[in-house]
Amino acid sequence: MDTPVSNSADGREILESVVIRFAGDSGDGMQLAGTQFTQSTAVAGNDLATFPDFPAEIRAPAGTTFGVSGFQIHFASHDVLTPGDAPDVLVAMNPAALKVNLADVPTGGLIIVNTGAFNKANLKKAGYEENPLEDDTLSPFRVLKIDISRLAVSAVEHLELGSKSAQRTKNVWTLGLLYWMFDRDRRPTVEWLESKFAKKPRIAEANIAALNAGHIYGETAEMPQGVGTYKVPKAVVEPGTYRNVTGNDALAWGLAAGGRLSGLPIMFGSYPITPASSVLHALAKLKNFNVTTFQAEDEIAAVCSAVGASFGGSLGVTSTSGPGLALKGEAIGLAIITELPLVILDVQRAGPSTGMPTKTEQSDLFQAVWGRNGDAPLCVLAPATPGECFHYAIEACRIATKYMTPVIVLSDGFIANGAEPWKIPDFNTLERFDVKFHQDTENFHPYQRDPDTLARVWVKPGTPGLEHRIGGLEKHYESGNISYDPDNHHKMTKIRAQKIQNIAQDQPEQAVDLGNTTGALAVVGWGSTFGSVNQAVRRARGEGLDVSHIHIRQIWPLPRNLKTLLGGFEKILVPELNNGQLVRVLRAEYLVPAEPLDKIAGQPFKVSEVLAGIREHLNA
Amino acid sequence: MPLDPPAKKLTRKDFVSDQEVRWCPGCGDYAILAAMQRALPEMGVTREKTVFVSGIGCSSRFPYYMNTYGFHTIHGRAPAVATGLKLANPELDVWVITGDGDGLSIGGNHLMHLLRRNVDVQLMLFNNRIYGLTKGQYSPTSLLGQRSPSTPMGSVDEPLIPTVFALGAGARFVARGIDTSIKTLGSLLGDARDHRGTSFVEILQNCPVFNNGTWDGVTSKEVASDTQLWVEHGQPLLFGKDKEKGLRVLAGGRGVEVVKVGPGGMPVSEITVHDETNRPLAFLLAQLALPDMPMAFGVLYRSPAPLSYTDAVVTQNTEAITRSGEGDINALLRSGHTWTVE
Repeated sequence: MDTPVSNSADGREILESVVIRFAGDSGDGMQLAGTQFTQSTAVAGNDLATFPDFPAEIRAPAGTTFGVSGFQIHFASHDVLTPGDAPDVLVAMNPAALKVNLADVPTGGLIIVNTGAFNKANLKKAGYEENPLEDDTLSPFRVLKIDISRLAVSAVEHLELGSKSAQRTKNVWTLGLLYWMFDRDRRPTVEWLESKFAKKPRIAEANIAALNAGHIYGETAEMPQGVGTYKVPKAVVEPGTYRNVTGNDALAWGLAAGGRLSGLPIMFGSYPITPASSVLHALAKLKNFNVTTFQAEDEIAAVCSAVGASFGGSLGVTSTSGPGLALKGEAIGLAIITELPLVILDVQRAGPSTGMPTKTEQSDLFQAVWGRNGDAPLCVLAPATPGECFHYAIEACRIATKYMTPVIVLSDGFIANGAEPWKIPDFNTLERFDVKFHQDTENFHPYQRDPDTLARVWVKPGTPGLEHRIGGLEKHYESGNISYDPDNHHKMTKIRAQKIQNIAQDQPEQAVDLGNTTGALAVVGWGSTFGSVNQAVRRARGEGLDVSHIHIRQIWPLPRNLKTLLGGFEKILVPELNNGQLVRVLRAEYLVPAEPLDKIAGQPFKVSEVLAGIREHLNA
Repeated sequence: MPLDPPAKKLTRKDFVSDQEVRWCPGCGDYAILAAMQRALPEMGVTREKTVFVSGIGCSSRFPYYMNTYGFHTIHGRAPAVATGLKLANPELDVWVITGDGDGLSIGGNHLMHLLRRNVDVQLMLFNNRIYGLTKGQYSPTSLLGQRSPSTPMGSVDEPLIPTVFALGAGARFVARGIDTSIKTLGSLLGDARDHRGTSFVEILQNCPVFNNGTWDGVTSKEVASDTQLWVEHGQPLLFGKDKEKGLRVLAGGRGVEVVKVGPGGMPVSEITVHDETNRPLAFLLAQLALPDMPMAFGVLYRSPAPLSYTDAVVTQNTEAITRSGEGDINALLRSGHTWTVE
């Protein structure tokens, strides 16, 4: 927490920004507590960013360190770009949660511990030989020790729920305490509980009782020295209607919008995979938006169904994560050679192979740009925030249909699950891009091209007089028939590549996100690292360093002015959550002295890590 | 499914594309192509609403030779492509062309799911018991002991019976035909098209180069009457030159026996009557194999579901609109919790 600048009228200390991390067993309901805190914080008018971090196991063995689930929220009275480097407040619901998260808490940070879970068995499972609440482990911190387990149970005792159900209210009890501490309105959560448990009124009642009990505890119990109540004033944000949005919801809504703007039905073929599945869940509810969803038997069938749908005159879309993208490669190649529109959402996760499914990474860039047999170019876009996912899903639909090409949207686990307040756009102001199917039978062949874009004509089966055959075999430029002619294959390969390069002419020039257009150091990021990179560059500039932030959303083809832009900087630093992928693309394409700054931990960058990299490269 | 009748009566020639056919001389695929091109005009289809989708293999070149819409896709995946195509455009009449390698080996998974879902397409599986395009390796339907470049000492894996696979996967139309039997094949194709849901048709096909004569024991004229049992719904299961042999299901349905029929044998009334809606009977028929039994041909099983998969999806989509109205993007974006900053 920042140093309090003053006190509010009701005696609360005023803070500019706070980072809270909820941590507990994966069955402790930490994601729920975090999400609810996020909603009430948004209502309170703060800007915010969140980072849910949970294990792959649905219910990992209770009490273990690998079963710890976390949810971090950063909220402030100013712009918030990242979920925060270090928690000012750590909520540790059991010893394992304390063990896993303690190292991140800065000296003087506040730790709220549920002492009720600090029994011998739990301490042992967490790997504590001594109880850290009883030795000096926590002496550098402010600690609030509360037997939350017992207090939550006693708060709902009158409802006679049974001990298991009663125990499960401890997350909501804790939420009540934090609402008191940070001056949050309980009403949105009460309403949410009432609607969520509409069919189980006793459970709703119990949770509300626990929420209130936690709040009352704060009001009445004597707090230790250094623990008070706080207020984070409203952030100044652009006027408009806002909501919290996750990247995956924004992708799903963007597809529905993209379908509407193109005038095409969406056929979404997908196969469940973490962390992409919720796009399928969201779209399955949108059948009345001219969206058909198909849960295929595997990743290959999912993409193939989308290719088949595009052949049939719908817009075929598929979603996946890294392992699934690997499986889809051959079918994406089919869409490339048959020049059919196809949108592929890749919500990246840590790899290779199964890797760490619930952990974020940016390591599919190579796979997206080059991961197919043959010279198989396509378009790759990378939104930087959850909100941008909406725009880039629409943009993917537009490019796919205009250029008759597959487009990959690279999101990642961090964007997919993280929420941010999003100013809701007015759909009616978005530009339409109605698709016109080819109708002219004169001199028709299926590989006739638009002279400007080089896009092939799109004919909808069912159109009389335009019957034609396409397929994975190379086709002749002049006739669209199968061709093994050497010169023709050379020509077609070049045309497929040129068609994709033409997309750059249709896209905005690369802007500098922060700083000057020339200088000593350009920090070039892409995707979900936007917030950390931008903050780091802002701080570095505050220190007087000559550094700029360039964030690339258009991964392939690269922005048409990027080479010139990069040429204006003495040094280029490329922070990525991988072992150096964009950095290699930039070096290969432009022969520029780009240097990597990698983090391959399944976690997003901390601002401080990027800042350290900047200082190092400027010898500052 | 019935489509709008074409303005003028089409003929075989209308379905012949301008592409030179490039199968080996004597390949069974020529006969199947001819049967299809002859049968389609009889069915009253239009060229523009007919689509052939194939995977990879000799058989999968088929779409290039049909003057209709066609999509030559990737190895094994034609059922998945066809599913998406049919979902995108349920009005189309979709034929999937595959082979024993394409459909049962690399694409076995997709074939299984196409059948269990009951997507409204017709699937023709050309079974030549060999890989042709890759030059003669053994396939999932090759017999034990099949010598091939990849099995120089003979294959040691048990072959699959395509019709049994299809029945097991839940197919509701299962038939078997022969490449050179153009007339019966044409009528099977018509039946397949009339069926709402996935129609599975296995076609015994000769590969003159890598597996010549693999079906001769069943298909050659000299033996045909004794080795082929053509089933017909409501008719006794008779075969032989003078229909002097018949099939009886053993008590409890545990198997079948071949019995002599007529003078010196049993009366026809003792012979099992084919019931194409009887799934256990279809399993028994599908498994019949030489040398002890004839092989069964014709429609082994036909039992349409009330709705095909495609119908069910369309029904749900329509219901969603009836229930919630045509989706409004602005309302969608504002659903759930929102707040306004002045």
